[in-house]
Amino acid sequence: MTTHDLVILGSGPAGMAAAATAVAHGITALVVDEQPAPGGQIYRSIESTPLKERRILGDDYWHGKELVDGLDDPRIDYRPGTTLWQLTRRLEVGLLQGEQASMVQARHVILAHGALERPFPIPGWTLPGVMTAGSGQILLKSAGLAPSAPVVLAGCGPLLLLLAVQYLRAGIPIAALLDTTPAGQYRDALPLLPGALRNARTLLKGLGLLAELRRAGVRHVRHVTALEAEGEDRLERVRWQCGNDPEWHCLTTPLLLLHQGVVPNTQVTRALDCAHDWDERQLAWQPRRDAWLATDVEGIAVAGDAGGIVGAKASAMQGRLAGLGAAIALGRVSEDKTREEVKRLRRDLARETAIRPFLDVLYRPAAHWRLPGDDTLVCRCEEVTAGEVRRMAKQGCRGPNQTKSFTRCGMGPCQGRMCGLTVSELLADANGQSVAETGYYRLRPPFKPITLGQLATAAEDASE
Amino acid sequence: MSARIVIVGAGLHGCSAAVHLSAHGHRVTVIDKEYAGRHASGVNAGGVRRLGRHPAEIPLAMAAWERWQRMAEVVGDDCDFRPVGQIKVAENGADLETLAERERQVRSLGFDHEYLITRDELRQRVPALSPHCPGGLACDGDGYANPYRTVTAWRRQAQRQGVGFFEGVAVTGLEAHGSGWKIQAGRQRFSADILINCAGAWAGTLCEWLGEPVPLAAEAPMLMITERLKPFLGPVIGATSRPLSFKQFENGTVLIGGGVRGEVDSRRQVAETCLGGLADNADTVLSLFPFMHDARIVRTWAGIEAVMPDQIPVLGPSSTSESVIHSFGFSAHGFQLSPITGEIVADLAMGRETSYPIQPFSITRFKGSRYSG
Repeated sequence: MTTHDLVILGSGPAGMAAAATAVAHGITALVVDEQPAPGGQIYRSIESTPLKERRILGDDYWHGKELVDGLDDPRIDYRPGTTLWQLTRRLEVGLLQGEQASMVQARHVILAHGALERPFPIPGWTLPGVMTAGSGQILLKSAGLAPSAPVVLAGCGPLLLLLAVQYLRAGIPIAALLDTTPAGQYRDALPLLPGALRNARTLLKGLGLLAELRRAGVRHVRHVTALEAEGEDRLERVRWQCGNDPEWHCLTTPLLLLHQGVVPNTQVTRALDCAHDWDERQLAWQPRRDAWLATDVEGIAVAGDAGGIVGAKASAMQGRLAGLGAAIALGRVSEDKTREEVKRLRRDLARETAIRPFLDVLYRPAAHWRLPGDDTLVCRCEEVTAGEVRRMAKQGCRGPNQTKSFTRCGMGPCQGRMCGLTVSELLADANGQSVAETGYYRLRPPFKPITLGQLATAAEDASE
Repeated sequence: MSARIVIVGAGLHGCSAAVHLSAHGHRVTVIDKEYAGRHASGVNAGGVRRLGRHPAEIPLAMAAWERWQRMAEVVGDDCDFRPVGQIKVAENGADLETLAERERQVRSLGFDHEYLITRDELRQRVPALSPHCPGGLACDGDGYANPYRTVTAWRRQAQRQGVGFFEGVAVTGLEAHGSGWKIQAGRQRFSADILINCAGAWAGTLCEWLGEPVPLAAEAPMLMITERLKPFLGPVIGATSRPLSFKQFENGTVLIGGGVRGEVDSRRQVAETCLGGLADNADTVLSLFPFMHDARIVRTWAGIEAVMPDQIPVLGPSSTSESVIHSFGFSAHGFQLSPITGEIVADLAMGRETSYPIQPFSITRFKGSRYSG
């Protein structure tokens, strides 16, 4: 088993910045990423996208170029197309590249594997033709692919608006943008606006997106309170209600893109049994971290959205901070020497994230979007409905590990990525306890499925 | 007269004892530091197996097997028991000789549930198996059940019979009180006329307090499960000279285990899977079922289990107190025995002779032996 000073998981803004910072302090870094090219979700396909016209994906996207170029350094061992399938508390790292599984030993690990889209379980969300907005954006960035028939976008959050505008600029017809932001939240978020003004640039950008949609005449339906996807074998129609109006509206469409925000991807930190806290403002779990972004497991830090949603720019700043933390932990630089740089980084970070409280409150999905009706599927892999989870709670299940044992909910190939949050919240609600008390799935390797053949190839590394 | 009985450990054996004792009208309380079935009881491979048992366990396994046929009557749930049979396959001539010797041994003890099958018969029963295997040892009527469902069924039956469960409550001290015990669990206190130790991997602490230490090791047998595959396998398959247990469930997923060990983190009281054993296990599977090469593993896990040096449990009265009974240390094959251990414990607690030969399981076997100290 080979030993590496620093292993960084993910080559998005946080991972790339961490690598560059570590290298600047003489550390060689192994950077692994599932994707075939660097950039993470935000700068996906930045080197290869067919959408060369800068205006379509926007200046923020092309900002990523500089970070990506930084990966091109002989001291960075960047391995694209490589999956992390195991990481132990002893910092053994299980990697999978093609058919070859291997194990390496790390001295320090920075997890920078980003966010997942929050589950958006509505009736019919499993029909072919219903996708997440994130997947819609992946198709656009990587292949320039988009449907020719008018699409419906539904939900809330900055990414949804951004995707709408990117589609618009790429000439893709939008039938409607169904906005599920609850009416009262504009009012609730208002007191947080002055704080958000510290990051006025991002705020203005958001307003700009809205204005661009309005100018283009995109049908923007606000205060949507009920939403259903319908069709025989695939999506045919989207139905919705607005406000307190009992009338159902309907649109025929082959593609519905759903989105209600992103949440930290905690699969790996959960499997490591790091301490996690429930963040009531972001309605998500976050690994508990110290000022250097280190978790309570020795040698493991988390940077970027994987530790709590902060956005691309702040993720890069956190990556730098975690890179410095690694350099200090590995004895390459003294804490004293980094003091000025760290102070500056923390100040920039505070300014950049000043907009979060405002965004978190404004785009907080309402309870009924997170706690679906009894008939709605929650676990797509094992086909478990919200009603079954509630029934389990009645029978005495206090936490998701018990419902998992009873119903197989969360036991499928996605390992609970698409149902975990919903199940924790459903059980908390049904048992009248907090989400923090309810807890989350105990996760087990492999983080991504690995074949028996691949596993067998790792026997040699393991026996050393 | 109804006695106050406290059972430490809400695993299979604790819950089974609770069912059998409460059925006789005793006031039973079960205490568990986490929750019913949290460790070995809830996450084991679920093998309902008489095949290959230690000779001392065969009489118990035969009696338990009879009870598995009517689990729904015992606990109100069939626990997903599927009597698909079990087969231990030989991978070569030496393995085959080992199996033949085993068949002779079982016969000499007066049992005939295990019998050799030929290469052709093996092919017929397990067409998916690699043709190099020259034969096997079969046990019809064995099979598998769902462990978490089983421990839950025991627990709920106990609750229906009035047993009180205290979960998330860890025993912190023991104090003799008259002929019985005061049991301290944090700020809570329990009184018992009779104390039953079903604490699995944590049973050793109670034994130390009782002045009869045991050489118990906490181990973490690992399991892995595949995505759903097309049905290709009926019986549960084991290997002869390598650790393997291999079964396909009705939903198509394949469970692979058989004894490879993970690591126990005793401070955090959790088990971690280790790559080495899993990779070896994968290797064994591929030599028996080469077509599994591209089957995807979706989850691996390990449960913490008490293992005794001679691989058989401690089941019987304490050697230092007349009001304590032990039932632990099932050494990674206690799942099938749960219906009978509860009956035996109940008999002992009520001062009755048990009709089963439990002498080999006595805690006194470690006294003054090479295991002691």
